[in-house]
Amino acid sequence: MMASSYNAKDEDGNITVSGPGGGALRSKKPENTAFKQQRLPAWQPILTAGTVLPAFFGIGLFFIPIGIGLYVTSNNIKELEIDYTGSDMSSPCFNCSQSFSWNSTKPCTCTIPFHLDQPYDSNVFMYYGLSNFYQNHRRYVKSRDDSQLNGDSGSLMKPSKECEPYAYFEKKPIAPCGAIANSMFNDTLELFYNNPNGTKVKIPLTSTGIAWWTDKHVKFRNPGGSNPNFTAVFQGTAKPVNWRRPVYELDSDPENNGFINEDFIVWMRTAALPTFRKLYRIIQKKDDLLPTLPRGSYTLEVVYNYPVRSFEGRKRMILSTISWMGGKNPFLGIAYITVGSVCFFLGVILLIIHHKYGNRSNSADISS
Amino acid sequence: MDFNLLRNIITRYCVGEENWVDSRTVYLGHKEPPPGAEAYIPQRFPDNRIVSSKYTFWNFIPKNLFEQFRRIANFYFLGIFLVQLIIDTPTSPVTSGLPLFFVITVTAIKQGYEDWLRHKADCSLNECPADVVQRGKVVRTQSHKLRVGDIVMVREDETFPCDLILLSSSRPDGTCYVTTTSLDGESSHKTYYAVPDTMAFRTEREVDSLHATIECEQPQPDLYKFVGRISIYRGREEPVARPLGAENLLLRGATLKNTQHIYAVAVYTGMETKMALNYQSKSQKRSAVEKSMNAFLIVYLCILISKAVINTVLKYAWQWSPDRDEPWYNHRTENERQRHVVIRALTDFLAFMVLFNYIIPVSMYVTVEMQKFLGSYFITWDEEMFDEELGEGAQVNTSDLNEELGQVEYVFTDKTGTLTENNMEFIECCVDGNVYIPHAICNGQILSAASSIDMIDSSPGGYRREHEDLFFRALCLCHTVQVKEEVTVDGIKRGLHQGRPTSFYISSSPDEVALVEGMKRLGYTYLRLKDNYMEILNKDDEIERFELLHVLNFDSVRRRMSVIVKSSSGEYLLFCKGADSSIFPRVVSGKVEQVKARVEQNAVEGLRTLCVAYRRLLESEYEEACHHLSEAKLALQDREHRLAQAYDIIERDFVLLGATAVEDRLQEKAADTIESLHKAGMKVWVLTGDKMETAAATCYASKLFRRSTQILELTKKRTEEQSLHDVLFELNRTVLRQCSISGLSIDCLDFGLIIDGATLSAVLKPNQDGTGHSNYREIFLEICRNCSAVLCCRMAPLQKAQIVKLIKASKEHPITLAIGDGANDVSMILEAHVGIGIMGKEGRQAARNSDYAIPKFKHLKKMLLVHGHYYYIRIAELVQYFFYKNVCFIFPQFLYQFFCGFSQQPLYDTAYLTLYNISFTSLPILLYSLVEQHVTVETLKREPVLYRDIAKNSLLRWPVFLYWTCLGVLDAVIFFFGAYFLFDNTTFTSNGQLMTTNTQMMFGNWTFGTLVFTVLVFTVTLKLALDTHHWTWINHFVIWGSLLFYVIFSLLWGGIIWPFLNYQRMYYVFMQMLSSGPAWLSIILLIMISLLPDVVKKVLCRAMCPTATERAQDYEKLLQSGTAELTPLSSCHSYKGTSTDSSHRHLGAVETLSLRRSDPLPQKLLAHLAEGGGADLWPISPYVLRLSGAGFAYYAPGPETSV
Repeated sequence: MMASSYNAKDEDGNITVSGPGGGALRSKKPENTAFKQQRLPAWQPILTAGTVLPAFFGIGLFFIPIGIGLYVTSNNIKELEIDYTGSDMSSPCFNCSQSFSWNSTKPCTCTIPFHLDQPYDSNVFMYYGLSNFYQNHRRYVKSRDDSQLNGDSGSLMKPSKECEPYAYFEKKPIAPCGAIANSMFNDTLELFYNNPNGTKVKIPLTSTGIAWWTDKHVKFRNPGGSNPNFTAVFQGTAKPVNWRRPVYELDSDPENNGFINEDFIVWMRTAALPTFRKLYRIIQKKDDLLPTLPRGSYTLEVVYNYPVRSFEGRKRMILSTISWMGGKNPFLGIAYITVGSVCFFLGVILLIIHHKYGNRSNSADISS
Repeated sequence: MDFNLLRNIITRYCVGEENWVDSRTVYLGHKEPPPGAEAYIPQRFPDNRIVSSKYTFWNFIPKNLFEQFRRIANFYFLGIFLVQLIIDTPTSPVTSGLPLFFVITVTAIKQGYEDWLRHKADCSLNECPADVVQRGKVVRTQSHKLRVGDIVMVREDETFPCDLILLSSSRPDGTCYVTTTSLDGESSHKTYYAVPDTMAFRTEREVDSLHATIECEQPQPDLYKFVGRISIYRGREEPVARPLGAENLLLRGATLKNTQHIYAVAVYTGMETKMALNYQSKSQKRSAVEKSMNAFLIVYLCILISKAVINTVLKYAWQWSPDRDEPWYNHRTENERQRHVVIRALTDFLAFMVLFNYIIPVSMYVTVEMQKFLGSYFITWDEEMFDEELGEGAQVNTSDLNEELGQVEYVFTDKTGTLTENNMEFIECCVDGNVYIPHAICNGQILSAASSIDMIDSSPGGYRREHEDLFFRALCLCHTVQVKEEVTVDGIKRGLHQGRPTSFYISSSPDEVALVEGMKRLGYTYLRLKDNYMEILNKDDEIERFELLHVLNFDSVRRRMSVIVKSSSGEYLLFCKGADSSIFPRVVSGKVEQVKARVEQNAVEGLRTLCVAYRRLLESEYEEACHHLSEAKLALQDREHRLAQAYDIIERDFVLLGATAVEDRLQEKAADTIESLHKAGMKVWVLTGDKMETAAATCYASKLFRRSTQILELTKKRTEEQSLHDVLFELNRTVLRQCSISGLSIDCLDFGLIIDGATLSAVLKPNQDGTGHSNYREIFLEICRNCSAVLCCRMAPLQKAQIVKLIKASKEHPITLAIGDGANDVSMILEAHVGIGIMGKEGRQAARNSDYAIPKFKHLKKMLLVHGHYYYIRIAELVQYFFYKNVCFIFPQFLYQFFCGFSQQPLYDTAYLTLYNISFTSLPILLYSLVEQHVTVETLKREPVLYRDIAKNSLLRWPVFLYWTCLGVLDAVIFFFGAYFLFDNTTFTSNGQLMTTNTQMMFGNWTFGTLVFTVLVFTVTLKLALDTHHWTWINHFVIWGSLLFYVIFSLLWGGIIWPFLNYQRMYYVFMQMLSSGPAWLSIILLIMISLLPDVVKKVLCRAMCPTATERAQDYEKLLQSGTAELTPLSSCHSYKGTSTDSSHRHLGAVETLSLRRSDPLPQKLLAHLAEGGGADLWPISPYVLRLSGAGFAYYAPGPETSV
């Protein structure tokens, strides 16, 4: 700084008493540009009662109809929820929940009857719901290896450290590794329609199309590319400890097996909150004339594999139709209506204030 | 520069003890002194290499890093980064490492580049050629090879390569002329002298034969002080010792002028030159905003720590049951399990700290610094602060204090050269009560005729005649004016035109020039100083020669100067001129009463007066004086003090001759500026060395005191009558009584206080007996607090600083500003919070030491009222906004911990955490803080009252801070729970909406975070948009651009499987979110809800209790719509109607502001404006404003339109 500063001025010694002028001097004069003189043309809005009023009324008028629309849509969605945890003595699943052990080979099945008061039109979505299950726990969230799931053969045999303590089992790498995969939901849910004539009709459940397209086709890939011989591909790996079958036996369909099994993909997208539901199956509408699920009584058959009692969790099965705005959620509609009304109300208050104070100051102006 | 200090210390340490002594010995030409003299100890001095660079190639990285991490903020982030590296934390080290790396790298590159420039500059300096005399020949070498003791030859217009003692010059009288423009900015030629004994050594051979040693003090930075002694050996004789002073020392950086060449010996080289020592950094001033920023930071640090503690405690409370701690689906690793619980808790605490650390933003420091650095350019670019005459605009020396300009409460101003032009004009002189007034210059004609001389005393006896002669001679002789001859203009010697060479006078003091010029007009022309003889052309066109024996220089303590001359008749005369207070006590005879009366009369008129006295010295008296002087001059230590003593002995028993009066006109618009400062709520103090009457007159002229002002006097005259104690108490009572009355009535009488230096020091003197009398200081401050204007006269430079310090330390801790132009103001400029230098005629010392330098006093108005105001609101918003946006950012993460089992799970993705502060939200606020103008420049200038709105750091006080923080927390709660309820409604506790009819997607935790983050970025940016009152195209570009950038970045970030990442959690998350209708709806809804409270608050406050600023904004709006109305129809008739109408409204608005102008605009100008039409109104206004100053408002109603 020192050297540069006296370099800059060194030859100014000639200026003595002479008047203004000299090229060197003129160049010091700042440029007269709008930016440098802080005179850029600008729009200068001010938030006053007067200017904000129309906006408030506008928001009110705009939000209230949207809110009503949302609320009505949400209310039209039909939803049914069945808790099958079996913590109650009266519950059909009580026995299954009590006698649970990881090692048992015999599946425990329970049957829950229920009744639909209204027919379910259009596609019906079937969810399972878990409560008090911390899928968003930090240790849990990071316990996965995305490159293994993306079909990287290196990671398949050498899972990431993040998967610990679910990375190796008896010195063999676990595929898929990590706590998330290890704790995959493994209850089997089946629906039966109890025909009034006494027969039980199994309702066909579609198990594809429930995961994000990009997850299924890009993010998750089986190792070995299109090699259909999964046994060979997964040679040398171990199944996750809590699983009953290895990953390549999740489904018979090769397009829905291994890492690209959609149940698995859905499970791998960790939920944001400890109480959550995940899409399980879709009941496709077949006939335009008949409802997908007619009124009547149904049976839910559960193969009870998933223990939740230890952490006081609950398990649920949910049936729901959907609308253009998704599933049943009156919150958004109510919120829109509330905000719209508040804005409208504030608008009225502001109008009064504007009238009162604005007038007062105006009149004061003139009288002076 | 502490590195240099270190370097010096090390060099000294290595060299050994002898360098620690107070003086150094320099051997000319490295020749040993003859035997018998003291032993030759070759001392080692640093070479002449200038090192201004801080780093070398090798130490750049470690040293720069060390310096950067010394800053507490950087260290904090480094700590966070290290914690992230060491323990397992929720966010990757990248999140804090990358911003830190970015900040450090940018700073390092900037500093490295600057240092490289310095290296280059050093190099070119060190390698520039220098001529050294070696073995009787001139040898050209490089500048850095010079050593102490080398004899150097310097040619005309060359710069001195190091500090040199002048030995001889090409001029026969052994003088040379030098300009020190690059050192202190003074462009006048200064004369330096060679010691008479070495003057004769004219050629390099002769110089080389010179055998001498120089003893001088160790290097010190004062440019104007030097003491030394040269001993010249002549064969076997006793060496001759001569004193050396600052007039013998040629400083590095100065340039040789009007002299062909000189020979000189190097005494200080390289980093020991006075110039190098002077570039040491000044003490750092910190602004009030910075202080409150630090206070806020501490609060946030506390919030951060308490958040972390709360979460850690809750975590352990929550996971008390093992099923929560380690449910079957989520086991720990064996390693973690074995860790001790205390270590685990500590790790958890640190992890929470890391998770929430973004609440203290690393980028705030960078942004604040960039804002200050870039923002200060607007000051230097300001065309209105450019002075054509001087050819310079405002300068910013410290950009750290920009916002402090908007906080000033006390203005301390110098009078001469600051309030006044410092352009002196000789008005009159009075000899023994007879007044002489020179007329316009009439070609050297003597104008002592009756018309021009007001005879008061009509007895022109011989005595009077003699005094008159002595008086004029005294003024012609007693000065330090130089005569500059033959200035070349465009290559033609002006002198040739007029037949004989013209000359003009140069001096560092404009008073002296005015006096000498005044004498010329009265018939006595000072011709020149030649060979120690001063030549005067007297009334009768005869040349009189006086031998100049001694000059007893002026200093501000003595406040006088003297010369001792020997007239051609052999008489020894001592002439003295100085302030009346320093002359009268030393006068023994003369017409004291008459002169005193005249002096006082002149002072009341605001003229600067000087008294002239003389004393005839006998031969013996002269010898004695000589003895005193030479003894004092030869002293190596305490020379100043001993000289002062000697002067005191010599300057006594005067005969009073008369007095002079010089006028110093007020600077242009000084009164208007002071009035504006008063209106802006600032207290203006004038600190001057002048007489009380002169100063008071200036104060009245500059409207510091008005006719209505009640003047309180606290002067020596008064304290002589009463005791200081009584006077103080009486004044205090007056002030308090008035204030209690004024509490009831509206118009408060304003007080003005006049205090002089002597009384001030009495007031400030600490009480010996701690009991009894209460502290005067407090009473004095109490009085001052109630005075709108204070005049302190008869101030010594140090007292000026004392006053500033006193006010600074008073219990309100007001922000002070000192403004001055001369060297005597430097102390107060350095002491005040903000120091402003005026680029005046008395050199550049004040400007160099100031934080800001402006060409004229009137520029202070724009500096404070416009720039200061803008900077303050800009930086206040910047600071508050930064804290706000980080609360909004981090609080949702805090809330999320309650829903994820306190597991430190971050809500947002790493990329968002990293980029939030450095790219998504940084530019809009930076730009806001550079260009925001909440009201226009014109309004600010017109309504100084608006300055009161921001007084006392009003935008950064705790309530405001609390409001912003609460707003941030509220918004964060809205973001988080809005998203929460969207994901999880009360009737059906569920997660995973089916978003569209054809694709049924589940949303996970990252979508949740992204939704919150999107709402956050939009809300925070739009909040700033709502606060912006000045939308230029750049604002539009940056605000919408940064939102767009966020969207594009998110699309890109989620659009690709990033091969270098080991997780792909963001893959398609953003797109999936945007493809669902409810997400859009909820984003819009949440943004609305978050912005609503602030908008409502703003609107209500504005409607219910508007501040002056808000009224001014409304008023501007009215004005704009008014002009808009005018635009379509410019016919005179229709204009009249609207104009009357709008001026009613305008008037009303002005009234509400209580800003009504007393002087309405001339009707003509208004009509002119009317013809110009509305469209032209705006462009015209700045021009018109310049015409009539801020006292003008073009909307002011004409007589018949006013009601």
